[in-house]
Amino acid sequence: MTAYLDNSATTKPCEECINAVTNMLENNWGNPSSLHNLGIDAMKEVILARDEIAQSLGANREEIIFTSGGTEANNLALFGAVKARKRLGSRIVTTAIEHESVLQSAQELEKQGFEVVYLQPDRDGNISKKQLFDAVNKDTILVSMMYINNEVGTIMPVEAIKRAVKKAESPALIHIDCVQAYGKIQIHAKKLGADLITVSAHKIHGPKGVGALYVNKDANLTNQNFARTFGGEQEKKIRPGTESAPLIAGFGAAVQALTPTAEQKRYVRELNSYAREQLSKIDGIQFNNGEDASPYIINIYIPTFMRSQTILQELSSNYGIYVSNGSACAKGKKSHVLTAMGLDNETLDKSIRISFCRYNTKEEIDLLANALRELIEKHPLEKI
Amino acid sequence: MKEIILIKNGELTLKGLNRNSFEDILIKNMKKRLNDLGKFEFTKSQSTIMVDPVDEDIDLDDAADRLSKVFGIAALSRACVCEKDFDSIKETAIQYLEEQLEDAKTFKVEAKRSDKKFPMKSPEICREAGGYILSKFHHLKVDVHNPDMIVTIEVRDKYAFVRGNNIKGAGGMPTGTSGRAGILISGGIDSPVAAYMMAKRGIELCAIHFASPPYTSELAEMKVMELLKRVAKYAGTITTYVVPFTKIQEAIRDICPEEYFTIIMRRIMMMIAEKMAVKQNCSALITGESVGQVASQTMYALACTDCAVNMPVFRPCIGMDKEEIISISRKIDTFETSIQPYEDCCTVFTPKHPKTRPHLDDVLAAENKIDNLDELMADAINHAKKVIIR
Repeated sequence: MTAYLDNSATTKPCEECINAVTNMLENNWGNPSSLHNLGIDAMKEVILARDEIAQSLGANREEIIFTSGGTEANNLALFGAVKARKRLGSRIVTTAIEHESVLQSAQELEKQGFEVVYLQPDRDGNISKKQLFDAVNKDTILVSMMYINNEVGTIMPVEAIKRAVKKAESPALIHIDCVQAYGKIQIHAKKLGADLITVSAHKIHGPKGVGALYVNKDANLTNQNFARTFGGEQEKKIRPGTESAPLIAGFGAAVQALTPTAEQKRYVRELNSYAREQLSKIDGIQFNNGEDASPYIINIYIPTFMRSQTILQELSSNYGIYVSNGSACAKGKKSHVLTAMGLDNETLDKSIRISFCRYNTKEEIDLLANALRELIEKHPLEKI
Repeated sequence: MKEIILIKNGELTLKGLNRNSFEDILIKNMKKRLNDLGKFEFTKSQSTIMVDPVDEDIDLDDAADRLSKVFGIAALSRACVCEKDFDSIKETAIQYLEEQLEDAKTFKVEAKRSDKKFPMKSPEICREAGGYILSKFHHLKVDVHNPDMIVTIEVRDKYAFVRGNNIKGAGGMPTGTSGRAGILISGGIDSPVAAYMMAKRGIELCAIHFASPPYTSELAEMKVMELLKRVAKYAGTITTYVVPFTKIQEAIRDICPEEYFTIIMRRIMMMIAEKMAVKQNCSALITGESVGQVASQTMYALACTDCAVNMPVFRPCIGMDKEEIISISRKIDTFETSIQPYEDCCTVFTPKHPKTRPHLDDVLAAENKIDNLDELMADAINHAKKVIIR
């Protein structure tokens, strides 16, 4: 028996997704931009998928731009928003615990002369509304914040951004990275007041290589603002190139196969409680995130001499358990999220992230708990 | 917190004895629109209709959004139901309306009581509630002339309501109170706008679209279906017919003089539309024509097209500038779909030098050259495809 507990890194594609992708590759492989029937048939699937994603975000189909994933969508969002509003100000407000695709983009914008404010998390990984309200001012042209943090699962005050922007009389566009929140929390673009939203398929049992950027039609953003890739007419020229119809169809199928968020959350909360209960019984284990974080993610410190990379390799090779340390994208570098939270080096070096999906079971948690118990026994903190 | 939606009727207040039946039609329409969200109860009360969600977990945001597109409603607001004692009322006000009160800078309180036995009179309710709100929201100031926010408290027989600002309704008259009409829908910007404008006056729509494969592609037809879906959000169900027009267009091209292509095509479209409209119990036709936009829409051309039929033809865009039409098109979310560049019938065989001042006699002479026109039209009508758009 194995246990895949690394769902924040990626998820197993669901059957509906696999069927959709395979069908497109085998039976519906026309170019969606072709004007003949073969092309139109492929285009119909792209439209259906677009409608699924639009509906799931409370948006119109013309507000959805397909991309190659979350990273590309985040890049388009940050550079596009700034280019559109650069005449009105020069401050960008974001957080120190965003995904690298946002942080690196923000750093590049700093080089271009913009002022970037990185809101710092507290010890629990939380950012307060007060910090947000204090940072947003008349000079702010973009607020970019993730809904759920991918490493510690903390839920960020994205719902307050709209009010902070209004209160400060700021011209800021609002970008919310919903990659980890999509499929787990109800996301309604207009209610959040978001101008840009990033989502990714492979976090919701869809295929890798496809994601989407929601662009609010009332934000008056055009391809001129987003100009980074130049080519054909696809995706309103914001992201031209032949549409990846098989992947897009898989994305749509995965969204359609999502279970209602409330029901799913109840189930995962149960898993989370059970996991915390079992893991608390192991001496020396410390939780890096609290119970007010998203129930999908648990971040823990393991009292062993082994460092996190070794811990997860040991769990994978000898126990068939898959977890992660920090973000997969960092490929082994120190977690910038845990660092920003002010955790000490010992904790930083030996923390792992456990992340659930709707398919995980209590048996898998038992497997993990037993494995950790054995690992700590065999490889205690002070190895003789 | 029990939330309901309050509907303020529109022009129905002018209707006197007809008011009841109009209100009933409005309620029927609202029921249809909210059908798949869950069970609702509708109650008429003076000039308001109360929409009460019965099931738990009903998405009231979606419900309010859909109702804001139903014709016949002047305004709607979400209200919180509470107990009829003043303590409950003032607590409800500050909790339920917290976000709106935080955002506003000025406010005032209005009160209505239909229960005259309630111990406080309306002015007293306003004063006390206003004072309480000021004590909890220090940034607020009272402005009785032009406040950002109006807090309304209504004391009724069994309970009280507290509500904030109204949401503007779609206006117009309830769909079905003004008869049925057939809209000639192309994939352009104007015809969906024309459909919306006439539906607004309470007219139930039936749509006629002309397709000319292979000159026009499936994409053009898909575009029209999407446009009608967007209009249907306001206009309710639209029974649609897709009429195969290829043979007729080829006949015009083969037989008629080039400068009359477009006018003859439009005349034949009108004639077919009229026949289909009659079958669908429609009493009028609707087009998106506006004077002066294109060669076929000069006054003289319109006169030639108009006399092809006996039914009244409503052209709500006739006096509008393109800017004004586009503005409505954006409002009803059809603009982006309309500008997709798929060829429709109207652009297929365009004459190089269209007649801008055609004489009816010449047009008729050219048209009559097609000696089997009646047969062609009957054939097209018989092969029309019916689609119900909701």
